[in-house]
Amino acid sequence: MGEAAVRAGCRYYFGYPITPQNEVPEYMSSRLLQVGGTFVQAESELASINMVIGAAMAGARVMTSSSSPGVSLMQEGISYLAGLELPAVIANVVRGGPGLGNIAPAQSDYFQATRGGGHGDYRTIVLAPDSCQELCDLTVKAFDLADKYRNPVMIMGDGMMGQMMEPVEFPEAIDLAELPAKDWTLTGAKDRPSRVILSLLLNPKVLEDHNFKLVRKYDAVTREETDWEEYMLEDARQVVVAYGTAARIAKGAIKRVREMGLKVGLLRPKTLWPFPDKPLKDLTRVVRQLLVFEMSAGQMVEDVRLAVEGQAQVHLYGRPGGVIPTPDEVAHQISHYYYQAGLMDKDQQSGRQGGAA
Amino acid sequence: MKKIFEAPKSLKDNLFHYCPGCGHSIIHRLVAEVIDELGIQERTIGVPPAGCAVLAYNYFDVDTGEAPHGRALAVATGLKRVLKDHVVFTYQGDGDIAAIGTAESIHAANRGEKVTAIFVNNGTYGMTGGQMAPTTLPGMGSTTTPGGRDVVRDGSPLDLTQMLATAKGSVYLERVSVATPKGIRKAKKAIKKAFQVQLDGLGFALVEVLSPCPTNWKMDPVPAYEWTEKEMTKIFPVGVIKDITGYDKD
Repeated sequence: MGEAAVRAGCRYYFGYPITPQNEVPEYMSSRLLQVGGTFVQAESELASINMVIGAAMAGARVMTSSSSPGVSLMQEGISYLAGLELPAVIANVVRGGPGLGNIAPAQSDYFQATRGGGHGDYRTIVLAPDSCQELCDLTVKAFDLADKYRNPVMIMGDGMMGQMMEPVEFPEAIDLAELPAKDWTLTGAKDRPSRVILSLLLNPKVLEDHNFKLVRKYDAVTREETDWEEYMLEDARQVVVAYGTAARIAKGAIKRVREMGLKVGLLRPKTLWPFPDKPLKDLTRVVRQLLVFEMSAGQMVEDVRLAVEGQAQVHLYGRPGGVIPTPDEVAHQISHYYYQAGLMDKDQQSGRQGGAA
Repeated sequence: MKKIFEAPKSLKDNLFHYCPGCGHSIIHRLVAEVIDELGIQERTIGVPPAGCAVLAYNYFDVDTGEAPHGRALAVATGLKRVLKDHVVFTYQGDGDIAAIGTAESIHAANRGEKVTAIFVNNGTYGMTGGQMAPTTLPGMGSTTTPGGRDVVRDGSPLDLTQMLATAKGSVYLERVSVATPKGIRKAKKAIKKAFQVQLDGLGFALVEVLSPCPTNWKMDPVPAYEWTEKEMTKIFPVGVIKDITGYDKD
């Protein structure tokens, strides 16, 4: 992630140590030196995110990273980033919670990430990679999206991804000079009137207009940037919905149940906000059984239920607390609901009909 | 006809919204005059706080970026690390810099961030209506200290600037007052020096300005100025608190 960020033109990193993501600040502290960038170890996550605000005001590609308790502290700044319309990348390597919780991989910050987390009417774009390669690719994309929409972008990983080692193909480093110029940054009022970047809009009508402007931006993000992966959906009678590490485990489980003849596929949201509502809703024309698997007690399941508008049965297999279920455990859940819904019988019926035809 | 007095270039042509007798208007003007005299308007970035001076962007004719309450010195750190050749200053009240933003202040000073902080100390939360500030004097009235600040119940006033003096990265710290014409002249000199420290890349500089708040002190302006001069300076004595600039003393 650190190297991908540098290749995406990130030259400023502000952060505070917290497990399980210390590899990122450690890497950035030396790597940014090599490329003439700046690394500051701040006194808190609160300070880090506000340093990010300052660097973003100055027009830099800037990031911070943390893990759950630290990201809670950053929520004030993320709300300001959204209100001030500043681009920045925040990585949350999610660990078990609430409170201090533990340092094991979890997905329990889903609500915090996708609902904004801080105060006010705003949205954070949330990207959820499921491998080191995708973590690298989505980090680059995060900087582009942040600049394109002048909005904070969160990369939501987990402790598994934070500690995993996989071969990665890095993209070519971008040329910072080729990025589109930003015409709103604070660079000194030389040969132009002075500029102000503020989120204080005391007049309710003016703030309402600003909020609606943000809503139009979020609508555009939803139209243009919603992203997901479809895996073995062609003939699926039951579909697992999972993201990140959970999706990888689910793929293993699906391979196993496929060997037993169960027609199961996976829909993996790559953007948690905007959420892939439409592909899920479209799916319900042929699939009536969904199983949401998440490493949290039941958060994304609410978005799935909203998306399918009652057109499918939505079951939950939620494992909070930093527990990483095995593919076998997930496979067990899949087959349980598969049989319960009588899908096996339908498979046999359609198999007989197919044979007769 | 020769013009012998005019508004500073670095102030916009907007009427101040500050209450009658408020020290902010004087301090704004001093900062703007200093920016003019140093010829740095085109490369200065201001970071206003939350508090009465939240509207400072309406007055300073320089680029300004608004910080969350207490975080001005963290935002300024981000700005200055990117814009190394620019001049970044924060303008913060006592609640902002010495209560909610204490950590950001101490660590910005300790890192020796090359920024200038203007710390306006009026002993009260003005914008929110006169609650107890970290700098409220013992016995001084506020809307959250019935009977006045009781040091046993409410704690004593915090001298943040003295605390910052122990930070190795702070280079120049001075406390001034704008309660008298003489004090105002001294305040301007101190503010100018605090900007010069940044221009010379020496480290962190801060000027604490004792400033009257007649509205929340429930005083007329003249007694408020007298009270600032007589009472506030007992707890917060004016003068240089730290100076390792190596500049000639004058």
